[in-house]
Amino acid sequence: MESVSFPPLSSIAICGGTHGNEMTGVYLVREMQKHKVDKIGSVSISTVLSNPRAVDVCRRYTETDLNRCFTDALLSSAITDSTPYEVRRAQELNAQLGPKGSEKAVDMLIDLHNTTANMGLCLIFYNADYLPLQIFKYIQNKMLSVPVRAMQLDIPLSDAYSLDSLGKHSFSIEVGPQPNGVLRADIFNIVKEAVDHTIAWLQEFNSGSTFKAGEVEAFTVVKSVDYPRDPVTGEISAAIHPQLQDNDFKLLKPGDPIFLSFTGETVKHEGEELYPLFVNECAYYEKKIAFHLAQKRTFKLPSIHMKKD
Amino acid sequence: DTSCHPERVAIFGGTHGNEMSGVTLVNLWMKNSDEIQRKGVEAKPFITNPKAVEKCTRYVDTDLNRAFTPENLSAPGGDELPYEVQRAQEINKVFGPKGSPEAYDVIFDLHNTTSNMGCTLILESSKDHFNLQMMNYIKKAIAPASCLVLLNEHPLLKYSTSRSVAKHPVGLEVGPQPQGVLRSNIFEAMRVILKHALDFIELFNEGMEFPSCSVEVFRVSERIDYPRDANGNIIAMVHPNLQDCDWEPLNPGDPMFQTFDGKTIHYQGSGTVYPTFINEAAYYEKQQAFVTTRRETLVASAIGKA
Repeated sequence: MESVSFPPLSSIAICGGTHGNEMTGVYLVREMQKHKVDKIGSVSISTVLSNPRAVDVCRRYTETDLNRCFTDALLSSAITDSTPYEVRRAQELNAQLGPKGSEKAVDMLIDLHNTTANMGLCLIFYNADYLPLQIFKYIQNKMLSVPVRAMQLDIPLSDAYSLDSLGKHSFSIEVGPQPNGVLRADIFNIVKEAVDHTIAWLQEFNSGSTFKAGEVEAFTVVKSVDYPRDPVTGEISAAIHPQLQDNDFKLLKPGDPIFLSFTGETVKHEGEELYPLFVNECAYYEKKIAFHLAQKRTFKLPSIHMKKD
Repeated sequence: DTSCHPERVAIFGGTHGNEMSGVTLVNLWMKNSDEIQRKGVEAKPFITNPKAVEKCTRYVDTDLNRAFTPENLSAPGGDELPYEVQRAQEINKVFGPKGSPEAYDVIFDLHNTTSNMGCTLILESSKDHFNLQMMNYIKKAIAPASCLVLLNEHPLLKYSTSRSVAKHPVGLEVGPQPQGVLRSNIFEAMRVILKHALDFIELFNEGMEFPSCSVEVFRVSERIDYPRDANGNIIAMVHPNLQDCDWEPLNPGDPMFQTFDGKTIHYQGSGTVYPTFINEAAYYEKQQAFVTTRRETLVASAIGKA
């Protein structure tokens, strides 16, 4: 493959508190703001506390999930008195860091998240953007004491719903397990290191380095599985089975246990072999997701370098 | 009180609406109570904070598990009172009145924590020989699995719990589990503890004697807050060496907190303590990073029909 060039990446945004109770991003952004971090070498940095109202009350959101408000439709919807706070906030963020899809948007947006699932360090991005894929490969080679993986969402930009879709080349950093409302030092240190490596990569990129071609594996979600529920009340009637709990990214085969009901029955996985992700994520109970199932795919990466004028 | 004949037992779930083991177990038993029935024992499952359970939040206006103070229980104001104070008064009417002969004999209050506490039984009085004997029975029944006893009799740090309405209040605290999450292993562990607790009550009612025994407890000593700046914001996190090390000895000089730029703050106490409730989500707002305890052996008097 020929080397692919991109314009310099000179403006980035680091966002935390998109979900107000995911503490690592909240505190990392606050620290950067305390130290007035706005430029590192060739990269100018905006640090943003995405959902300050939710951060104040330490909840995921106040009226609706901010990280689902960035579809083209919601970004252009009319604001009325009854518009939820997060939809308004999304439009504010779009004006500040976007507009989504335009030349004015930040070159890169990194959104920091935590999960209650045992996902280790996971980069999440849309489609097969070479830039986050190269950064993923770079981080994976630098951070050897923690599992580093990538999750890819196959969604056209217009339907892309998350904050990071505002930037030209963006990704989320999702680290777990960490309970909502809890700040763990080990998780904080991991996220800080990943952000530091990303900024280092950007410096190298902007100074003209070429990043070699290669291959990376990433996981693409193909479907989601809900909890077994009581047909009348809708309440869940089983918990994630102990053999699946904490085993994100471990291949699930037909016949493997997935749920253990409160009356002792085991529910088994049926269908093709797939990789479970976001197993027992707190925020997904209300979205009717017990876990996602993904395929593992290999992505061929060209070498990339900065386009010189 | 060796003459008590515990017939009225309650099992409280949802005192904190996002602690899912208790919510799930109590809902299960309200639908079908076979599992919790014992001869001579009327075991009543009860959701103490239904509004908080519905919103999957710890509390709506104020922490129900701090609300059972004498002031709150006698406060006038009806509908104008905070939701949980109204709830406390209702619960006190049904299961109390606190301190009176009509109060329930035993209340089990089911809780989860984000701390790595394993199975913990919480005792409010070192002189409650019935509870001490029950806890001894439970510990032996689940061995080699561990179930530790936390004694909170501290004059300042003790608080007015939902279960304190009963003559013999028993707290069950199982972790680690994130708020709003139901983990199968945590759920089943709590279920097993309750099974043994109810077995104990049944045996006692049938006339079994329980000879005097020693019970190791961890007595609450001191609350340690996060280092904070002038505005009250935390400036350091529980150190990775202390995180998840509930019940392990913390010695003077051991790492305790880590600042955001990586510096270590060490424990400066005068002796070895046993920290617990390390990094509990709900305690950031209560100014508590962890609580220190000291190990003690209590002697439980013999109980049972002579």
